[in-house]
Parts: sequence; structure tokens; C-alpha cells
Amino acid sequence: MWRSTIGKKTIVAVTGAILLGYLVLHMAGNLNSLFGPGGAEPRVDWYASWLREFGEPLLPYESVVWMVRAVLLTAVVVHIIGVVQLSARNRAARPAHFPARKIGRSWESRLMMLSGLLLLAFIVFHILQFTTLTIDVTPLEHGAVYANLYNAFQEWYFVAIYVVALVFLGLHLRHAIWSLAQTLGLDSPERNRGIRYGATGLTVLLVVGFALVPVLFWTGVLAAPDEESATAMINSLKGRA
Amino acid sequence: MNFKLEIWRQFESGQDGAFETFEVSGIDPEASFLEMLDQLNERLSHEKRRTVAFDSDCREGICGSCSLVIDGNPHGPRQVTSCQTYMRDFIDGATIKVEPYRSTTLPVIRDLVTDRSALDRVIEAGGYISTTTGPQPDPNAMLVAPDVQEEVMDAAICIGCGACVAACPNGAAMLFTGAKVTHLNLLPQGQPERESRAISMVNQMDEEGFGGCTNYGECARVCPQEISLDVIGMLNREYRKATVKKKPKAPPKMLTQ
Repeated sequence: MWRSTIGKKTIVAVTGAILLGYLVLHMAGNLNSLFGPGGAEPRVDWYASWLREFGEPLLPYESVVWMVRAVLLTAVVVHIIGVVQLSARNRAARPAHFPARKIGRSWESRLMMLSGLLLLAFIVFHILQFTTLTIDVTPLEHGAVYANLYNAFQEWYFVAIYVVALVFLGLHLRHAIWSLAQTLGLDSPERNRGIRYGATGLTVLLVVGFALVPVLFWTGVLAAPDEESATAMINSLKGRA
Repeated sequence: MNFKLEIWRQFESGQDGAFETFEVSGIDPEASFLEMLDQLNERLSHEKRRTVAFDSDCREGICGSCSLVIDGNPHGPRQVTSCQTYMRDFIDGATIKVEPYRSTTLPVIRDLVTDRSALDRVIEAGGYISTTTGPQPDPNAMLVAPDVQEEVMDAAICIGCGACVAACPNGAAMLFTGAKVTHLNLLPQGQPERESRAISMVNQMDEEGFGGCTNYGECARVCPQEISLDVIGMLNREYRKATVKKKPKAPPKMLTQ
């Protein structure tokens, strides 16, 4: 399967679909922060701890989170290796100095490599900021998700980074989702139109859904976190550890 | 009409080539692009110069021999074969760039002639059906539903010219192979080799060094037979089904007494 072009393309499509599925869940999860600072505990903080406790007591603490991370990491690595090998093959199939004239191909399809690369860079940055809390420009605290988001998105440059990344995500997905259906052979003349619209619709949904969080924090629609509840939350987490 | 032609000249495959400029004058607007090149060649042969080599055969758009890239467009500006492209489609006095197909899998033989035998080998790998050689079968023994017939004929009109490969930024032959697989795999006559056809044609395609599809769709935009991108989806589907399908077990060995 891995040796043939179509087989490799299928694997790239399937790993892409896994990542797409994760994006949908991630976007839906993010919307928990729209419930605001809440009373005793912001809803997004509760959601974050719920994810970590998921499966308890059957499974150990944070096990599901780590399983998902392992799947995602594998999918990303396989996706990238597949794409790099396929594109090397594609380049070899055309003489070096004669690129095909652009007749009607969309620019998002031509930007796939660039948008993919930028997304990879963004994912690394995003994990360093909100998962490992390494990029600690605005004071970040483990477990205080709402407060972290609020503080980070008071800075215009963080909002800008996230919005630009989402624009590239949109460009990538608009070509990717339709291509995925094509590569997996899910299309048919009757369904093609629907798949095209569906790809654009899902792309817009994801981009807007993700963009809501940084934009609403920055514009002040989402209020500052309740200091007491945040500290209480952190203390309870510390007690647990 | 008068034109300035920039034509790719290359004496042999593997050698370096370059564009050479020619002026042609007094061209009839109703002349086809190939007839215009014929006039140029007649003049060149009178002048005892090497004529411009290009492929042509039927000159009515059904054989798939002509294979020019005119101003960067495989076949020309009108989504018809080069032989069906007429000089009236160009502006008088224009400079027209004429190139061969650019693909490492379809190397230039001379000037504008390319070696397209890679496409023939893809056909050889799976473009056949099993049929009886005995008495002639009853004409209507195999029924084909009209919608299947329509879909099949839309793919079967592929003339194998290779413009899809020339238009593809990846040099992929997926539209061509997809058309062949769609054509034979949907008809009842093609069923015995359905799985092996998809696998062996894709393997041959890879063997020849064609690139892979990234869904740019340029192939369908230049195809003179207007074959739709759907055949690539069909090829992907047939290939996946064929590879996933359980391979038949080897028959049990016969025991000799």
C-alpha cells in the first residue's frame, strides 16, 4: 500500500481525516470558553479537567489525553512523510525548468505545501504556549485555562498569530477536504457538488469556531476571570498532584 | 494572417534544445495549426533547412497523435486537439510559442515529437478483456444499462493523446489511467479482470515514473475529449477496493495416485 502512489495518497488522506476529526472536536471543546468566567469554576477549566479525568477510574489519570496525543503525533508524522515522498516523486515527473502553466488551478491548491508548513510551525508554537506553558509571556498557570486564555489574548500579537494561522488552516482545508473525498474515491458525479460545498462549509465552520475564542477575548466580550476562583482551582489541582 | 512562431528545436532526445523563431505570412484564417506548420515546413524544405518535426495522423481529432503545447496550453487555447485548432483563434501578427509536451515520462524525440509509449505500456498492463474465441456470441447476450453505457462512453472517448500528463504540474497520468479503468471496469465485458486491471495499471503507471494526483484539475481543463475528473475518483476507488479485497486462495494441490 505504502509503495504505490495511490496507496500512499490514501494513507495521507486517512491521516488527514484523523487530524480533521480532531480539529472538529478541538473546536467544539474550545467553545466551552464562551460560557465565560462562570461562578466557582469557569466551564472551560472544568472541561479541561474532565478531559484529563476521562475514563477514570477504569483508566489512569490523563491516559485518554495521552492516547489521543499519540494517535495525533503518529498521524502528523505519517502525513508529512507521505506528502514529502509524493511531492518528490511529482517533481521528478516534470523537467526542472518547465513548470506547467497555470490554467485554472486554485491558489489554495498551489499553497498546500506552504500552508502545511506554516500550520506545522503554528502547532509547535501553540503546544509550547498552551500545553507546556513554555512561551510564558503572559503569566500562565497550569489548569487555569480560562485565565490563561484571557491573559494571552489581551496581547494583540497573539491574537494576530492565531488569526493568521487560522487563515492558512482555512486555505489548507478547503483544498484538503475535497481532495480527501476524491482520493478515498467517495465522490461521484451526483455527489461532487455536495462534497465541494461541504468542504467549504466545514472549513468556514472550523475557522470561525476557532477564531471566536481569541477574537472574543481580545474585544472584551468575554470578561476577565474571577481571581478567587482561579486561585482556588490551582490550589485544588496542586493538592491533587 | 502573419505570425511569429517560437518553436522548440531539439535534434535528439537527451540533447539540449532551444527556441527558434520563424516568421510565417499569408496564412489562411481557416487553416488548422498543423496546416500552418505544413506551410512553414514546405518553405523550410525549399530553403534546404531542417523541417520542424511534429506528430500528426488523422487531423480530425480522433487519433490522439498531435501533441503540441501552444502558448503553454497542451493542444492549444480551445480545449480541442492541435489539429482542430484553427489560426482564426489567434490574433494577426501574434507571437505564438510552440513546445513539445514537458514530462520526464514522455521524453522529446525530436522538436515537437514526444515518445508517448509509456501510455501504451499502461494500456498493455490492463487495457484488455477476456473474451471467447469460439462461435460468435449472441449480440444482446450482455445487457448494459443506459446510464452505465453513458458513463462508460464518456470515459471511452479518451484518445490517449497525453495532454493530461502535459498539463499536470505533477506529470501524473491519472486522468488517462482513470478513463481506461472506468471504461473497462464498468462494462460487463471487463469484469473478469476488474481487480487485477486496477492494480496492474496503477503499478505500471508508478513504474513509468508518472507523478501522483493532487487534485489540481488541470488535466480535465485541457482534455480535448472533456473527460471529467470523476474518473480519477473512480480509479482511486477501484484501486482501493482491489487491494483491500481478499486475494483468492491458491487451489489445493492435486494428489497423484
